Amino acid sequence: MVTSIANLLAVLVLAPLLPGVINKTKALVAGRTGPPLLQVYFDLAKLLRKGFVVSTTTTWVFLAGPVVSVVAPVVASLLLPLGGRPALLSFTGDMILFVGVFALARFFVAAAAMDTGSPFEGMGAAREVTFSALAEPALLFGMLALTRMSGSLSLTGMFDLGASAAWQKSSASIILILASWFIVLLAENARVPFDDPTTHLELTMIHEVMVLDHAGPALGFIVYGGALKLTVFAELLVMLLIPSRPGSGALAFAASAGGLVGVGVVVGLVESSMARLRLVRVPQLLVTATLLAGFAVVLVLR
Amino acid sequence: MTSLELLLVASVLAGVSGLPGLLFPPGRAAGQRIATVLHVLGCVAGAGAAAWALAGGAVTIRLAWPLPGGSVAFSLDRLSAFFLVPVFVVAGLGSIYGEGYWAESRHPENGRKLRFFYGVVTASLALVMAAGDAWAFLAGWEVVSVAAFFLVTTDQNDARALRAGWIYLVSAHVGTLILFAMFTLLRDATGGWLLVPSEALGSSALLRPILLLALAGFGLKAGVIPLHIWLPDAHAAAPSHVSALLSGVVLKMGIYGLVRVLSMLPAYPTWLGLALVALGISSGVLGVVLALAQHDLKRLLAYHSIENIGIILIGLGVGALGMAQGRLDWAVLGFAGGLLHVWNHAAFKSLLFYSAGAVIRATGTREIDSMGGLLRRMRFTGAAFLVGAAAICGLPPLNGFVSEWLITLGSFRALTGDSAGAGMLGAAAGAPALALIGALAVACFVKAFAAVFLGSPRGPAAAIEAGDPNRSMLFSMGGLALACVVIGLWPAGAAGLGRDAAGALLLGHAGSRADADLGALGGIPLLLVVFLAAMGLAAAARARRAARTTTWDCGYASGGPRIQYTASSFAQMLVGMFRWAVLPDEHRPSVAGPFPAAGERFESHAPDPVLDRLLLPGLTRGRSFLGLARVIQAGRIQAYLLYIVVTLVVLLAWSASW
Repeated sequence: MVTSIANLLAVLVLAPLLPGVINKTKALVAGRTGPPLLQVYFDLAKLLRKGFVVSTTTTWVFLAGPVVSVVAPVVASLLLPLGGRPALLSFTGDMILFVGVFALARFFVAAAAMDTGSPFEGMGAAREVTFSALAEPALLFGMLALTRMSGSLSLTGMFDLGASAAWQKSSASIILILASWFIVLLAENARVPFDDPTTHLELTMIHEVMVLDHAGPALGFIVYGGALKLTVFAELLVMLLIPSRPGSGALAFAASAGGLVGVGVVVGLVESSMARLRLVRVPQLLVTATLLAGFAVVLVLR
Repeated sequence: MTSLELLLVASVLAGVSGLPGLLFPPGRAAGQRIATVLHVLGCVAGAGAAAWALAGGAVTIRLAWPLPGGSVAFSLDRLSAFFLVPVFVVAGLGSIYGEGYWAESRHPENGRKLRFFYGVVTASLALVMAAGDAWAFLAGWEVVSVAAFFLVTTDQNDARALRAGWIYLVSAHVGTLILFAMFTLLRDATGGWLLVPSEALGSSALLRPILLLALAGFGLKAGVIPLHIWLPDAHAAAPSHVSALLSGVVLKMGIYGLVRVLSMLPAYPTWLGLALVALGISSGVLGVVLALAQHDLKRLLAYHSIENIGIILIGLGVGALGMAQGRLDWAVLGFAGGLLHVWNHAAFKSLLFYSAGAVIRATGTREIDSMGGLLRRMRFTGAAFLVGAAAICGLPPLNGFVSEWLITLGSFRALTGDSAGAGMLGAAAGAPALALIGALAVACFVKAFAAVFLGSPRGPAAAIEAGDPNRSMLFSMGGLALACVVIGLWPAGAAGLGRDAAGALLLGHAGSRADADLGALGGIPLLLVVFLAAMGLAAAARARRAARTTTWDCGYASGGPRIQYTASSFAQMLVGMFRWAVLPDEHRPSVAGPFPAAGERFESHAPDPVLDRLLLPGLTRGRSFLGLARVIQAGRIQAYLLYIVVTLVVLLAWSASW
């Protein structure tokens, strides 16, 4: 219990490091120095000290977007067995709540974007809800396969793959889920090839363009929520990759943290080596992710 | 007095509530008051009877009846009572809403008719749910169908309403014909008209035709794709509280009928479960996709009813597959989730129709694209719509999430243990399908909520001084919003009732899985709410001192409201992806020059693919083809005599040649 709480706190505090790792990787590949690893912390500190600026067309819904975009990943990380320890809150069917809170966040972030009445933000919101609709079945298919492998209906049991010897029995399925969920991670967190967080040309953006009008602490909420969401999705991959729970707390923590950094580096490498996809190709890639995860289900059902 | 007698009293009270009003001259408020009071009294009594029956056991009475069959039976068990709760809650709140929405003083030409048939529909719905045999069932069913026709055509001077009513009436009667056939076969198989479980049914050769007819007949009433043709127009044409009743309750009559027939089976064939899941997935996905393509607010909500019927069918299918596999654990979850979704859909869809009605009355239009920015002037209506929208998308911590959670969990449970084969695969398909449906619903309701309530006003209609409606309408909205929140925050209670009602479907097995599973879920939504509230308050406190400025517009400072995303453009990508199903009419203006012509914008309309693309053109073509045959039926006696002579000669010649 204590270790679980410590792991949760560590994730909440260290989450902004992950975008830093990605940026650093991209900079190194490009031969630049890049921003410091802690840049996101500096940004957050600055944003939280600033004042709000809100558009005259907006209502309270505009504020709900940033609030929910922080709350959703925090609740999701309560449900995850972080660092190889059981989740703080674990119950039958918690994976459905895990998916549900992110849907809640998507609803309010997109509504907040529409509240500004700006065509750019409307465009971003339309794209976000479109692509997420295709990413969600992929997530569910993967979880179905894990349920079949582990016989468990909670995230904690589902990811205890070492104990259920799932890695030995159905490693092919796990690799398929990894591939599928990596695509989902890129799509849900607005990374290349779905979205390019570094361009500031509104027409090419999805997530960034939705939050154009948020300023000060509201933007801080969104930046922090985004980092935490990225960490939560990366944690899903790490838990697939590190199947068993190493004994001691420190070792488990180190393995998990190392895994997260690894995911960050891979995302950075992908972003360095690829350009953004044409928008019409995005659904095809997401359907591919769904098919991969669906195939994983078929394999474990043999 | 038993619960059933109380129910019959309530039904009579609701049924006659509109009668006194007919004695008053049109336009007099007194008749309206009497009708509302009687109707609400009836609904309170009926809800009490339903609650009583939910707590207690089944009651049956038989009355002598000088007709074939000899007697007519009424019976009230947990399953009927479960379906009766939304009937009386939605109908009762609806008549309070109607007090303000369709006030006699504003609608003297049809207010009395509306209230009379509203009461008749309520009463006959109660009779359908309380029917103990096929006679009572069909009698109630027919009265609902005919009375609902008058509700759909309340505005008898509106050609669109008449067309909608006409299509509704035709499909209702096609459905009744199918049910006549179904009940006749059912009697042959079971040896009686009573709607009670029958061992003989399982081994009967008629089982498959009976179930197929039930799927068709009840599916037509429930609006299952592709039998949904009557639904979108009828919902759009009716007054909003009637739309709520149609969508929240009358559609469920089809689900109730199906469930009642299922409860008579001694065992579930696997193909039935697979058919239910397949119908559910197609209705769910296509319903929400068609909704995305709409920009008439009430048609959009109507297509979402099809989606939610799909979700209910997925739940029933998951349950039936569990029973077919002998796996009670997921059968309970599927059935309980499907039944609970009946309640949930009644609550949030009625809430959405009520708030849509308030918006439509305030702006005078149903076109989403000419609304916008209404949240600032209609705070309560907007908040109510938002609660309904979040609930219908299945978002935690509201009620839609609870029932979808049950069904999804049932689907996950199918993969545990050693179940195998088509039954398990079918049930497992439910979870990703629900995820897709839920995510598409989020897209659709962001679009609807944002285009109606957020941003800047888009057109002249929205620019008028809209405001929150009067207290009677707000009361009904508030009551339903509260129901959505309470079921969401206290899921164990509602799911327990769903499980008890599902007892009739479990063929004598007792199941308690859903309760154990729901234990933990109860606490999480509370946590979520507390957390959201704390963060929201903190943000709001900081935002109070916020500087106000215009929306950042890329430096082009003269955009105005017209450059906002519209409902059509918001959904364009998703509709494009599902073009094969929606078949939209798109209008893409060619953009030329630095200052494109004013007034031209992207538009996309989506007529119903089955009714408008397939059925009506097909029938029209069929009629012109049959026109060839009409030449011989010219209406001239001489011609007919000639036909007879020619026939006789031919026959004589033929017989002579032998």
